[in-house]
Amino acid sequence: MAQVVAVIASTHHPFYYKAAASSGDDRPPFADEWVAKIEAFRQTLTRARPDVLVMVGSDHFHQLWLDNMPQFLIGKAPFYDANFYNEEREFGLPRMFVHGHEELSAYLLREGMDAGFDLAFSNELRIDHSITCPLITLRPQADLPIVPIYTNIFAPPLPQPKRFVELGKTIRRLVESWPSDQRVAIIGTGHLSLELGGPRQFGPHGPDPEFDRQAVEWIATGDLASALAQVSLDSLWLPGNATHGFMDFMLMMGVAGENAKADHVDSLDLFHTMEAYFTWYPKAAA
Amino acid sequence: MSKYLLDKFLYSIDRDPELVERYRDDPRGTVQWWEAERANVILNCPQAERSTWLTFTAAEREALATHDYVRLFELGSHNFLLLTLFIALFERDYDEPLAFQREFAARLGHWTAPYPDIST
Repeated sequence: MAQVVAVIASTHHPFYYKAAASSGDDRPPFADEWVAKIEAFRQTLTRARPDVLVMVGSDHFHQLWLDNMPQFLIGKAPFYDANFYNEEREFGLPRMFVHGHEELSAYLLREGMDAGFDLAFSNELRIDHSITCPLITLRPQADLPIVPIYTNIFAPPLPQPKRFVELGKTIRRLVESWPSDQRVAIIGTGHLSLELGGPRQFGPHGPDPEFDRQAVEWIATGDLASALAQVSLDSLWLPGNATHGFMDFMLMMGVAGENAKADHVDSLDLFHTMEAYFTWYPKAAA
Repeated sequence: MSKYLLDKFLYSIDRDPELVERYRDDPRGTVQWWEAERANVILNCPQAERSTWLTFTAAEREALATHDYVRLFELGSHNFLLLTLFIALFERDYDEPLAFQREFAARLGHWTAPYPDIST
């Protein structure tokens, strides 16, 4: 059976690419520390020697639109073009091209539906920065095939937090039952407290540092019980109007497992958001 | 209320570099053209299979025609679409990085949670 060799959860910050590449007067004061943290984080994936990446993110109204909005969708394509004009315009992100892993996509779709998730699928998906940011931070050579999984954290009505956790647990179980000798890393990105298009945006730090502190503790200790008890679709509006992206972290906590303590935990207080990085090595992984 | 159509306008303009410039230069004319020609086009269907029923309310049309992002926020347009498009329209007019984004926040400073509902 396939082996889950790393579970990785992080924020995705579209400005990292530009900050890391900047020099001279254009280089922001926090860039060196940020790059050092990302390079240490990248090592946690490299040392797991994965063959394929399952990547959980959320389309930001690029290809998926309100006339036909899936809640959970798996890409099943041989290739994925990546990044869009408005991401190039606003963040300076490059156009990218990534190979897909159709066999694992097909397996997750079939088995996922049989396990109680009526998953949508796409045979022609252009992926956006929710998936390319972690590629840029964790595997910039983008040389491994991926299976993209999109969640709706963006366009209400949204699925409940517990469904994100259940989907995470299901993905973990399914990957471990995939008849293959491949080494799989499962990577997902979301947000801590975040405000976009509202009065608390772009402050000196994230809009709710107390939520961020609590959330990092939940994730680092795998405390799903507390997270599920204290987080609801309504409560997530309060730390910031884009904080529903935290449900992608909850999904990844489901992948990592109940009370699974992360092996790598790091964070960085940036202007307007706290960045956070977590890696778990499942015990069976060699 | 036609929040969906407000969002469809923001989305349609934001993804097209020519329309971003057209909306910046001539907001009222662009809104008028878009509502007449584009509002009812279903994005994944041929133009002939268009919808027949989508129109802005007067308040929505005026907010779009005057680039009034505070009013658009209050009308329940999607916060991400609103911010992304308005950065594309106006960030270039400010000297300091993030100065437009901070002004945007300040102009909404009278709002505390709960914000207007963005559900469509």
